[in-house]
Amino acid sequence: MLKEGQVRIPSGCAIAAIIDRKGNKINGSEIIKSIALMHDRSNGLGGGFAAYGIYPEHKEDYAIHVFYDNADAKKQCEDFLFKHFNIDVAERIPTRKVQSIENGPDIWRYFGRANRVRMKNARLDELEYVAQCVTNVNNSIDGAYIFSSGKNMGCFKAVGYPEDVGEFYMLDQYDAYLWTAHGRFPTNTPGWWGGSHPFNILDWSIVHNGEISSYDTNRRYIEQFGYICTMQTDTEVITYLFDHLLRHHKLPMEVAADVLTAPEWDEIDRMDADKKEYFTNLRAIYSGALVNGPFSVILGSNKGLLAINDRLKLRSLTAATKGDRAYFASEESAIRIICPDPDKVWSVSGAEPVFIPLEIEEEEVDD
Amino acid sequence: MIEAGLRRYEEINDEIKATLSKRNKCTVKDVNGQRYIGCALDEGKTIEIYGTPGNDMACYLNGGKIVVYGNCQDAVGNTMNGGEIVVHGHSGDAMGYGMRDGQIYIRDNVACRGGIHMKEFREMRPVLVIGQNAGSFLGEYMAGGTIVLLGLDIKHGEKLFGTHCASGMHGGKIFVRGTFPKENLSHNIKVEKLNAEDEKELKSYVKKYCKYFDADFEEIMAKPFKKLVPATSRPYANLYTPN
Repeated sequence: MLKEGQVRIPSGCAIAAIIDRKGNKINGSEIIKSIALMHDRSNGLGGGFAAYGIYPEHKEDYAIHVFYDNADAKKQCEDFLFKHFNIDVAERIPTRKVQSIENGPDIWRYFGRANRVRMKNARLDELEYVAQCVTNVNNSIDGAYIFSSGKNMGCFKAVGYPEDVGEFYMLDQYDAYLWTAHGRFPTNTPGWWGGSHPFNILDWSIVHNGEISSYDTNRRYIEQFGYICTMQTDTEVITYLFDHLLRHHKLPMEVAADVLTAPEWDEIDRMDADKKEYFTNLRAIYSGALVNGPFSVILGSNKGLLAINDRLKLRSLTAATKGDRAYFASEESAIRIICPDPDKVWSVSGAEPVFIPLEIEEEEVDD
Repeated sequence: MIEAGLRRYEEINDEIKATLSKRNKCTVKDVNGQRYIGCALDEGKTIEIYGTPGNDMACYLNGGKIVVYGNCQDAVGNTMNGGEIVVHGHSGDAMGYGMRDGQIYIRDNVACRGGIHMKEFREMRPVLVIGQNAGSFLGEYMAGGTIVLLGLDIKHGEKLFGTHCASGMHGGKIFVRGTFPKENLSHNIKVEKLNAEDEKELKSYVKKYCKYFDADFEEIMAKPFKKLVPATSRPYANLYTPN
């Protein structure tokens, strides 16, 4: 075996995303082409995708995607799900045989609505009820992992290169108005199926290139609010931070982004009075939600696409727009391969969040 | 001519080397993110690139010349020893990282950390010329060499350079044209007027920029330049200890 120094792995994670602001559908083959171009940034130990708008026939239902390590885990989890949800469909997620992807779990999905009686008894609103159900399964049923729990969206992830993962889940059969993708190069934590990106809770999904050096601060903060980090990797905590700030505290997207990437104190000192007060308040109230360390992160949601960089700008991220579409990727070439002639292309700078809102609410599409 | 398309970077770079062993110039078209193109290219050799070359383009460049018709990604000219890079477009992060000699001309802008830790020694003096503006951390830990920031066609609301400009800079100089955001400049930096020798040096770089990108020399020189230099050679001497 070659030792470190004798072999060079030129890796560093890859992220990519596309959104059509008007809600028009984009085939999965496009995002696969984009992330595949950055093959060398990942090392085959994780790849995944999030897709929004893919289950129009079940759009009122929660789409719950689950990994099962064994039949017993499946039985326990299904007992729980059938009790807490009114499940209409339970099926294996269709996959294609791909040589490089092996030893995977049994992968199922369920479409259903929250059980009203249990929800009322629990005195929780619907989203909180669903989020707690997910946390409950992931924390208490050994060998069962709910890795996607939103409406009309889904995460697909595995151990493998992202383009192989896309092939495995047959993503060319899905059309979405918003896609995110990730190629993983795990550093401090194991490369396992649950640890691949995206990380999801409800409609939020996160892909991330980098490492969160404030992980334990953030984890201690978020676990006060009932979240439990179970996926053995730092990225998971960002997903819960966004869910907490956006859903519990109802912060606007831009403000939540500023919480995670708030500037250094000496920069705040130089700001005008209004901005100074704003950032001082954010840093004082949400000190435990400030994320430190090198990162570029893309948040997928049914509201749009948010891209953030750490304030010292230690990971690369390029953005581009063309008509109604916006693109993000770790490398410009990964955008140009699917959008050769963008209207605008730029490097996203540190602590300057880019939010591309979806301009049509899902409900309005119906009318 | 080599068509890169979606082929592996190893293959492309082998073909470039094979071509350049027979002649002095090689053209590569339809480049899509292939890395390490022009790595350690020797004097007398030229590579023309069409498309978007991948990271670490022209790393360790050893006297050769690279012309890019398109945009570049991260770490262009990483630790280059000498030679010239001309980019008809913009460049990503960490351009000219640890550059030791040679010249880089960028028509448009440079993202974060342009010229990070450039250095000089005796006759080896690297030069980085940027047509538009630069992101944050321009000239971070800069130890030598020259950066020229022309500020051409800056869009409304954009600044000449981002935050933390010249953070930890302890050698070399940065020439900036027109107004610049003082609040983004690190504490340890002095703003000076150009002396006669600076003027001469600057003009030679601007002339070359105009030649490569068909810009108007008189128009560029009509606006005044300032020189940014470190106030001390040890900006972080007291970072961890008071004395």
